[in-house]
Amino acid sequence: MSLRVSIFAAIAAAILLVTVFELMRSRRLQERYALLWLLTGLVVFVLAVWRGLLGRAADITGIAYPPSALFVLASFFITLVLLHYSTVISKLSEQNTILAQRLALLEGRVREADDESEH
Amino acid sequence: MARTAQQGEGDAVGLRMIAIVPALNEEKSIAAVIAEIRATDPEFHVLVIDDGSTDHTAAVAAASGAQVLSLPFNLGIGGAVQTGLKYAREHDFDISVQIDADGQHDPGELPKLLTPLIAGEADVVIGSRFLGEKNYKAPMLRRIGIRIFARIVSTVVGQPLTDTSSSFRAFGRRTIAYFAREYPHGFVETVEATVIAARCGLRVKEVPVVMRQRVMGQSSLTLPLSIYYSIKVLVAVFVGIFRRNAYELED
Repeated sequence: MSLRVSIFAAIAAAILLVTVFELMRSRRLQERYALLWLLTGLVVFVLAVWRGLLGRAADITGIAYPPSALFVLASFFITLVLLHYSTVISKLSEQNTILAQRLALLEGRVREADDESEH
Repeated sequence: MARTAQQGEGDAVGLRMIAIVPALNEEKSIAAVIAEIRATDPEFHVLVIDDGSTDHTAAVAAASGAQVLSLPFNLGIGGAVQTGLKYAREHDFDISVQIDADGQHDPGELPKLLTPLIAGEADVVIGSRFLGEKNYKAPMLRRIGIRIFARIVSTVVGQPLTDTSSSFRAFGRRTIAYFAREYPHGFVETVEATVIAARCGLRVKEVPVVMRQRVMGQSSLTLPLSIYYSIKVLVAVFVGIFRRNAYELED
């Protein structure tokens, strides 16, 4: 496998890792949402640098061209991240509904209390 | 707001104290915990943060005479504790203590936590299970985990600490003000909170306390979850080293 592919993949993974780290440092990304990205970056980086391991992984999965295995793996992790986000969005929209309902009920109570104190 | 804590004793005269009790489905143990806090010191304003319980925790706590804030859904222990700290800040309390609702923390030990705060020697006082008499019984793996975290945090904050994951702790005014604005989210937040406090210049002190076995129920931590939270906390502590403080300390 060409050395250039390895170098390119390693650089891309390193950029991902540094970006995620900087986002966490500046408090724009919470740890729990960063962990999957960090794992993705680490796995891609390790396989890009450790070419023997990538070759073996490609053999096992029957992928003839090892660099393809790298990108198959990367897309697998990105799918995981997306799936994770889908669950997060579902939870957020559910909580949003609960909050809106609570707020409406509270507003109603405040208005009733105001009306009572006026009369 | 009733201002009750006006006639204390000794040095604590006039200090307003609040006990923050985060609770998730603890209807069996919460009443006893509230009664014990009251028995130890009737001056405490007892505030239960019901973190989205599906049982009768909130009703039982209110019937036991505590003030109850019910979160609309589960925020995780960090979000629950911070709700209490925001309340403490808004209502101008001088000292807050955090007590678990499962009966693990003995309110009889509270004076040990309060003494350094009242004396003005510390801003954060942590009740440690590993200082003094060693009577803490837990699975070996958990004890090792607690030790490893303590070692890492000691290195990061440059001060020897033995039990950074203990949630039996007391805060003074400056700490309440800081944590009301920045407090870690989710579960196992105490390790991060300790690092945040020490790094922003708050004085952290540990005192030996004795903890009890859980009265009811099992620890909610399974092994895979423990591993996940451990990694999360390690990453958070590591990133924290490179962070600037979010806010300046207030006086």
